[in-house]
Amino acid sequence: MLTMSPNELTIIAAHDGLTAKRFSCRELVDSCLSAIEKKDGELGAFLSVFADHARADALRVDEKLEEREHIGLLEGIPIAVKDVILTQDQPATAASKILHGYEGAYDATVITKLRHAGAIILGKTNCDEFAMGASTENSAYKITKNPWDPERVPGGSSGGSAAAVASHECIAALGSDTGGSIRQPAGFCGVVGLKPTYGAVSRSGLIAMASSFDQIGSFGKTVEDVEIFFHAIRGKDPKDATTVDSQLPITHYQLSKLRIGIPKEYFAQGVDPEVATAVRSAIKKYEDLGVKIEEISLPLSKYALAVYYVLMPSEVSANLARFDGIRYGASVSNPEVRNSEAKLLPRSFASAPSLASAPSLMDVYTKTRGHYFGAEVRRRIMLGVYTLSSGYYDAYYKKAQQVRTLLRHDFARVFKQVNALLAPISPTLPFRFAEKTEDPLQMYLADVFTVSANVVGIPALAVPCPRNDRELPIGFQLMGRPFEEELLFSLGKAYERQISLS
Amino acid sequence: MLTTKEIEHLANLARLELSEAEKERYAKELSGILEFVGQLQELDTTGVEPTAHVTGLIGGSRTDIVQECDALTRQRLLSAVPKRAGDLVEVPAVFTGREFRI
Repeated sequence: MLTMSPNELTIIAAHDGLTAKRFSCRELVDSCLSAIEKKDGELGAFLSVFADHARADALRVDEKLEEREHIGLLEGIPIAVKDVILTQDQPATAASKILHGYEGAYDATVITKLRHAGAIILGKTNCDEFAMGASTENSAYKITKNPWDPERVPGGSSGGSAAAVASHECIAALGSDTGGSIRQPAGFCGVVGLKPTYGAVSRSGLIAMASSFDQIGSFGKTVEDVEIFFHAIRGKDPKDATTVDSQLPITHYQLSKLRIGIPKEYFAQGVDPEVATAVRSAIKKYEDLGVKIEEISLPLSKYALAVYYVLMPSEVSANLARFDGIRYGASVSNPEVRNSEAKLLPRSFASAPSLASAPSLMDVYTKTRGHYFGAEVRRRIMLGVYTLSSGYYDAYYKKAQQVRTLLRHDFARVFKQVNALLAPISPTLPFRFAEKTEDPLQMYLADVFTVSANVVGIPALAVPCPRNDRELPIGFQLMGRPFEEELLFSLGKAYERQISLS
Repeated sequence: MLTTKEIEHLANLARLELSEAEKERYAKELSGILEFVGQLQELDTTGVEPTAHVTGLIGGSRTDIVQECDALTRQRLLSAVPKRAGDLVEVPAVFTGREFRI
């Protein structure tokens, strides 16, 4: 540990280092900024970096340490934030041209909580545009590379945050998960990722994608780090009426009394044999720990993806209606991007559409949205408009809502028999750039194992399997009952201890 | 298979301007996706309640009182407006007297 540079540490180790005065907070922040400077030109994890602010924050923490004041676990810890979460007076682009130059008018609730806990925000990370995608290739600004193999994607939509943690550009990072957008990049980048129970974490200040699925969660290098982060961001929020006071009493779980269900439908055809092997080794580790393993069935699993791809675009079409070129964001009314210092690196940034004459109101809407929204965003908006439209509403939207109920029943039934489920995160290894961009449906199929947790609203923890330098990352996910994140953390930590012994 | 006319209708509802090439491409892509999600028809959902919301929370209202916005936040919100006249957000006329079409 003495030979590790401060940015390579976990939250706990960095906290110890600060309190034992092995390094200052300024040194910790600088080591992260230095990693970003060295690597991010190639890696592309960050869209904006706040070096001056971060250093000023570090100074305040160092002053506290100087006065021998107690500091909390997250105090002075440098973190990154997915660019769909608002931080006041700083860029929030959702990786879209339509928000180029936009700055958050307020801090998201999770940001307020993290600032209160003393965490230091290094910058905003790259993602698929409006969190739509499974590879971060849909970002309107740049691609992010997988730190393990630069020819491969980091996963998506929170690819930037996953890559930033995996490459030690930051200690931990925030992401959002609507259909797998934290877990899949966590699996692809070899880090831990949590999608909390729907309602556990406030969505106030999260640029909304699909309101009944979205959850903010975190990436970390260890399960314990993700647990610390989760405790800091969860809680009922008067600004988000869908939040629930979720703190259950701390339980000490006896592993031999726990049962993990293995859903057989998740190991059927189409799963890469290397993925299946790695996940089965993880199951074996739990057996070695004395946990009871049971094969269970979730017969409606195959319909979860269809439910998601009806309901999610429907909600998207409503949530993205606000980007109309009137109150904020890019607009054909005023093609100049008026803003202070936007430290973004646009790809080939298309110029504003040429207009024959002054735009009508309809022009402002259709041309702003048509021009500044990317292809995937427009695709999903139109899909959602179709499934909600008169004549199709019952066959698509209402039907999907009903199947959502059936899926919830399926999971509730299974959770009467077992405490948690263990399954692969992705059917494939991290894929190459442009491998799945030809046919949108191919990319949607990447979500096949992750969407169920969002559809039924349960927590899910992505844990990396041990891999050597020549291999690509593979992870597995643990899914639990609503608000039983603590059980998932216990199981995750037990696995980490077990693999550190072998 | 969705027709170009149907895509134009969706684009209008979604307030999106599309090129002819885009209309063709989306017609093909959306048709493929709709076919995929169509598998939900295989299930019998008679009498099943639709789920709009997974937490089961109901109610959750607050008193309808005005909370003044502080000057700094107000400034932030206004400076984000693409086209304004002082403190007013400027928009093209809603009613032009001409036939309203895209």
